[in-house]
Amino acid sequence: MEIKAVGMAGTFESSDISIVIEPSDSDEIKIHLKSSVEKQFGKQIRKVIVDTLTELGVGKAVVRATDKGALDCVIRARVQAAAYRAAQIKEYKW
Amino acid sequence: MGVKKLIKNAVGRQVPKNIKGMGTLKMYKGPFDYTPSGKKNGPKLSKILPGQSKVLESIEKAILETGLKDGMTISFHHHFRDGDYIVNMVMDAIARLGIKDLVLASSSLTNAHDPLIDHIKNGVIRKIETSGLRGRLAEEISSGLMDIPVIVRSHGGRSRAIESGDLAIDVAFLGVPSCDEYGNANGFSGRSICGSLGYAMVDARYADKVVLITDNLVDYPNIPASIPQTDVDFVVKVNEIGDPKGIMSGATRFTSNPKELLMARNVADLIEASGYFKDGFSIQTGSGGASLAVTRFLREKMLKKGIKASFALGGITQQFVELHEEGLIKNLFDTQSFDLKAAKSIGKNPNHFEVDASFYANPHNKGCAVNKLDFVILSALEIDMDFNVNVITGSDGVIMGASGGHSDTAAGSKVSIVVAPLIRGRIPTVVDRVNTVITPGETVDAVVTDRGIAVNPLRKDLIDRFKEANLPICTIEELKEKAEKITGKPDPIEYTDKIIGVVEYRDGTIIDVIRQVK
Amino acid sequence: MRKLRRTMMYIPGNNPGMIREGHIYGSDSLMFDLEDSVSLKEKDAARFLVYNALKTIDYEGTETVVRVNGLDTPFGRDDFEAIVRAKPDIIRLPKTEKPEDIIEADKLISEIETKVGMEVGTVKLMAAIESALGIINAYDIAKASPRLIAIAIGAEDFVTDMKTTRSKDGVELMMARSQVLLAARAAGIYALDTVFSDINDEEGFINEVKHIKQLGFDGKSVIHPKQIEPVHRIYTPSNKEIEKSIRVLNAIEEAERNGSGVIALDGKMIDGPIVERARRVIELAIATGIYNGGEKID
Repeated sequence: MEIKAVGMAGTFESSDISIVIEPSDSDEIKIHLKSSVEKQFGKQIRKVIVDTLTELGVGKAVVRATDKGALDCVIRARVQAAAYRAAQIKEYKW
Repeated sequence: MGVKKLIKNAVGRQVPKNIKGMGTLKMYKGPFDYTPSGKKNGPKLSKILPGQSKVLESIEKAILETGLKDGMTISFHHHFRDGDYIVNMVMDAIARLGIKDLVLASSSLTNAHDPLIDHIKNGVIRKIETSGLRGRLAEEISSGLMDIPVIVRSHGGRSRAIESGDLAIDVAFLGVPSCDEYGNANGFSGRSICGSLGYAMVDARYADKVVLITDNLVDYPNIPASIPQTDVDFVVKVNEIGDPKGIMSGATRFTSNPKELLMARNVADLIEASGYFKDGFSIQTGSGGASLAVTRFLREKMLKKGIKASFALGGITQQFVELHEEGLIKNLFDTQSFDLKAAKSIGKNPNHFEVDASFYANPHNKGCAVNKLDFVILSALEIDMDFNVNVITGSDGVIMGASGGHSDTAAGSKVSIVVAPLIRGRIPTVVDRVNTVITPGETVDAVVTDRGIAVNPLRKDLIDRFKEANLPICTIEELKEKAEKITGKPDPIEYTDKIIGVVEYRDGTIIDVIRQVK
Repeated sequence: MRKLRRTMMYIPGNNPGMIREGHIYGSDSLMFDLEDSVSLKEKDAARFLVYNALKTIDYEGTETVVRVNGLDTPFGRDDFEAIVRAKPDIIRLPKTEKPEDIIEADKLISEIETKVGMEVGTVKLMAAIESALGIINAYDIAKASPRLIAIAIGAEDFVTDMKTTRSKDGVELMMARSQVLLAARAAGIYALDTVFSDINDEEGFINEVKHIKQLGFDGKSVIHPKQIEPVHRIYTPSNKEIEKSIRVLNAIEEAERNGSGVIALDGKMIDGPIVERARRVIELAIATGIYNGGEKID
């Protein structure tokens, strides 16, 4: 999956995470994370973002994430939605 | 820091034997293990001549008249909560006079007290003793602002320390909402009413010098007096002692938050099934949403069963006053009034008694009120596998709360119930190990969350009764697993070796220390 | 034992806070909504969210229902593709008007189930009937597929279709509610009532619940946790009802033991329908946990 444009999903509400995915020039996934639970879950949140993008076949992207205590399944959902939007794909693979 | 040797105390916490600036520490050994000796401390003798006036024109003048010097201990109360002007006014005046190196002992400190940061940096304050810390002040202290650790005490523990001389107060500066020129003061009249002056009463009785600061000077004699003229050296009139909006909210409202209602209903069901819910029972609740809602559900159960409570204790709320006026609670013992209705009731209802913090919870007097409590409903930031409770440091290790009467009431009551949501945001409340122990698990009987109820295995009697009543109870380990299954396991907070706070149990032994967050 | 479906609580499909803890309030079912509570621009995000939540979160035995968008919308097919894979207990089809709607949905679910290796028939269906045409076709809809386990009336759209509004006593819904009930009973499936929107009108809500229980509905859709307890209370048999039912069943048993043909209790004859109702009371009492079955009867 190729990131072609800026894709956003999620909100700034409690228990949610806002994900913005942008095209990137470098060959990696770069994550800028702000989280209310950075100390306790920062590593885990980054891991879920990377894993989800990898599963979607996204190898390079800039991700800006603002987390308000989202669970892993919410993070996955928001990353998936943002990635499909950024890739401008409407054929979903389940 | 001079931390030399760490000792594991009875709740398994690594505590140093000595701390520079604090001397040798007494180790916590169990909730009722320590036996005190010696005699009570007392204020210096003094005399006031007939015709002599106690009224001084300014706080500066009062500071000078008390003879306050570098290195002394001054005290305050926190009855004005977030609306307090007294601490900052007095500290500014002390700083202007160039006095330094003081020990500040307040019954607690709130969001109003961020300006203390500058006084700490400038050397005016050397050490702080308090029940709690909040806001930026708490954050700065957590990141290592002070050289000497803060002493965190419960309300009962503070009155014990004052009476025993562990906390010897040189000068108490006490804001009072109503006062005459000779120092008879109460908290239930005036523009800045706060209700009970229960914490301040102890300071007034034991400090060497007592300065009352009021914005409402009334005709002599201002009786009944919560603080009597016999305890008071000086009276200062100022324009405002606090912001009424910050001193108390207009009313503590019943929550409409479904999660709080769910927990409150569970608590009420536990109380009903505990075996102690009978005519003449007694209760204390906090001012949180779930606690207040418990009162509502209990009212229904009391009416249905036709029983009345003998007394309600502690922070008194509108909800308790209404039950009192309805005849369902015979007496109210009030160290701290949580809302306007409670504050006014003290001056109006003859069986709404103002009690001081020692009567409330001091473990080393001849019998404090918490010993007569059947139920207490308490909050928690964290609870661990031994039922130890943290109400002082957040999940990030930073100080954000207060010890309050938590450990006092848990120790004294027959049934102590801690109520908290199992998860806050993504942070589990039930954890392997709390960041800081305020209340030892041995004194905590049940934990009620929105996703399950755990009962301390030490209370086999309660477990049997709850099972008989078909209440869904589980183990504390099951609660923890449930939480971690939802949130994932949080990484532990990393601390440096620097100790920024020492948690004294109510008996004066050290139950835990708080370290600087990395 | 017959499953309780007294309360089905709505959870907006794009709200992570509610999705993760809707079940703690004890409703019999949770209904995650991808339809009316989700804006057109967020349909994809809500679908991803509900999909991941269902695959991850343990709802501890609470029945899970997902209200998808209709197959006549641009979102319906994607909703089915995602949600069937996430394996909720039930997919709720909105705005059902004719049996073909059910047959189409049934076929699509079977296809997906086959494709992903699930047993065909795993995910059940329920249909919301929300228009005059749907009400007219209620019985045909109710028996359109063995996958269909319940039909529900959706009153907000229905009253609009009928060119009227909802009232306190629900007179505008009398006919439609009865029709849905008749259809469900005739087809042997559950009948569920519509939402009551004013969450602050406790008295009005209670009156409506009593009304629909008396009509014969199995339960009601709720939109706030505080609506759950009153429904469960009203649907819980009283001690008096339970005791009477136990006595009826005891009398039956005794009569059977004695080989006596005529059964009487307190001088009144007990016939088939009375026994059937007594059985249902006991079943409900056991299901709600207020009666443990067994010892009192013998």
